[in-house]
Amino acid sequence: MLNSLTLIFFCQLMGELTVTAFGLSLPGPVLGMMLLFAVLLWRGGVPRELAQVGDALLSNLSLLFVPAGVGIMAHFGLLRHDWFPLSVAILCSTLATIAVTSGTMVAINRLQAPRPAGTRDSGDESDG
Amino acid sequence: MADFRDVWVYLSATPLLHLTLTLMAFQAGNWLYRRSGLNPILNPVLVAILILISVLMVTGTKYETYFAGAQFVHFLLGPATVALAIPLYRQFAHVRRSAAAILASLLVGSVTAATSAVGIAWIMGADRLSVISIAPKSVTAPVAMGLAKQLGGLPSLTAILVILTGIVGAMVGPLLLNLLRVRDWQARGFAIGIASHGIGTARALQVNEVAGAFSGLAMGLNAIATSILLPLAWKLVFG
Repeated sequence: MLNSLTLIFFCQLMGELTVTAFGLSLPGPVLGMMLLFAVLLWRGGVPRELAQVGDALLSNLSLLFVPAGVGIMAHFGLLRHDWFPLSVAILCSTLATIAVTSGTMVAINRLQAPRPAGTRDSGDESDG
Repeated sequence: MADFRDVWVYLSATPLLHLTLTLMAFQAGNWLYRRSGLNPILNPVLVAILILISVLMVTGTKYETYFAGAQFVHFLLGPATVALAIPLYRQFAHVRRSAAAILASLLVGSVTAATSAVGIAWIMGADRLSVISIAPKSVTAPVAMGLAKQLGGLPSLTAILVILTGIVGAMVGPLLLNLLRVRDWQARGFAIGIASHGIGTARALQVNEVAGAFSGLAMGLNAIATSILLPLAWKLVFG
């Protein structure tokens, strides 16, 4: 367990250090995630112990943003001022994103399909 | 027996009180969420935040005092972000199979999610802080909060906006996809994952395994794509 925790912390530390040292604009932990991903690709699998630690961290992921979320209590004024534009932005932007993303994927899959689109059974799991 | 006030003074000075309160509020939120049959609108995080804000306001506790205890939970956000590499790796086999479609949808989706949110909020006259904080709203919360901090927004506001985005995506997304007649489970899952991260993914998993896998994949890839693209675009446009 300690090995895996050390690996995770080490990846984060490397990510934060690299971001600071080179003045990169992405968050350090994201670079740490890419580093761990590279380690997994290189190893060709997820060691069982690492999987256990990772799953324990991620199974309660949403708990981890509670403390920061409570911080909104210091910004009620901003919320009162902006709740309407923010609500509209969330609703419209989320729907637009879903429509555009699914549309792109369906279109490209259709372009790449070896047979005419009509004969293809979408929802099929087979390759192609 | 000690006076209640002495006990309170002692308790509020240790990190244990607010740490325990945070866990209890979250458990209460989870309980309610399960009782409701996993209804996305009773999101456990939102419920926990509401409970905690009420408790802090009633007891007249400052956020800084609360955070001194809760920071031990908050700290784990970084390691948890790193650990997202594990589910991403597990879903990665899918990428090799349909790389072109995935890459194109990822880029289009990631850019749409950020630009449309920023554009709408800005046109409707939202405060600059709000506009920055909504930019990463479709990215999984730990990463989105990191991005908000990086861009000069409010991570706390971003956390709330991210959760609301997840709820909207999970509740309205499947209806929209039915309306658009998207029947391919891969495309359905991927779109939900790009737009509404983990909350959407949880919903997709309840419906279909393939959709769930593609949703999880989309969430991980979007975290990386937005982390790279958003700060660069921000520098170009507003820098």
